[in-house]
Amino acid sequence: MLSTLKRPSLRVLTFATVAVIGAAFALTFFYAPLDADQGFVQKIFYVHVPLAIVSLCGFVLGGILAIVHLRTGDRKWDLRSYVAIHMALIFGVGGLITGAIWAKASWGHWWIWSDPTLVSFLIVVLLFATYQPLRFSIEDPERQARYASVFAVVAGAFVPLNFIAVRAAQGLVHPRVLTLTGGNLPGSMRLTFTISLIGIALLYATLCKLEIEAKRSRIRLRRVRRQLLGDDAVRPLGRSAAPS
Amino acid sequence: MTLLAAPALPLHKAGPYVAAAYIVFLLLVIAYVAIIAVRTSRTERQLDELERDVKAREEEHRDDRDREYVA
Repeated sequence: MLSTLKRPSLRVLTFATVAVIGAAFALTFFYAPLDADQGFVQKIFYVHVPLAIVSLCGFVLGGILAIVHLRTGDRKWDLRSYVAIHMALIFGVGGLITGAIWAKASWGHWWIWSDPTLVSFLIVVLLFATYQPLRFSIEDPERQARYASVFAVVAGAFVPLNFIAVRAAQGLVHPRVLTLTGGNLPGSMRLTFTISLIGIALLYATLCKLEIEAKRSRIRLRRVRRQLLGDDAVRPLGRSAAPS
Repeated sequence: MTLLAAPALPLHKAGPYVAAAYIVFLLLVIAYVAIIAVRTSRTERQLDELERDVKAREEEHRDDRDREYVA
């Protein structure tokens, strides 16, 4: 772990993430004013909304990286696409849980099935939750990478379509923090939200880089072991959802 | 919609919800980093073992060569 963190790019990213998230938390609790409608509960938005936005962007990024994999055939893009989707899924679960906590505090219910934003986000998360089982079901690494990339492209294209459909839907009950025309946040709240969004995006980038480095180390270790000790010394991988 | 018209919770009631949301976020990050840390340290340990094996083999080779030379 320590030698992984010694890489300059990862170290800079980690320090930047810690600094920006620390600043975001400080701004959230000591600078941003209390919301006139929701009161203190609105502070949840500074973590919930960035988690949801970064998660959706991560799914789209996974699709874009999968396109590069399909075009080039280079397995490193499959690894990047896998990590982008894996991390976006974790952030998505975080967004769902923090959203449910906010809903309980604000609406008195953990979940509202009639809200298109909530349900559509759940559909996207569930759709991408099938990505790992899909990979796991295919043993041949080449086929696994190709099929997973096709899935990532199709599912990634679904995310913006879903977003537009929800925005176009009528009768929304979900509060709109940001809109295409500038949103309705006052300056201090907007600054806090922007810093939080940058912090969560940096966290996503850092964790992606960390996981990619960890996976690359494992792949390199297996390769070196096979070269030095022969195929018999390396335990067969068996089925695995992760790129090998 | 009636859901949006619900009055804001007072601070003592809203506090636990806000704390819970931020704790969930921190726990997710800490759990993930801990899992990656365990896996990475295992890989590094295996790499160290491999390096030791390679060195031992190289020394064995050198000894064999020396013995052949003497003979």
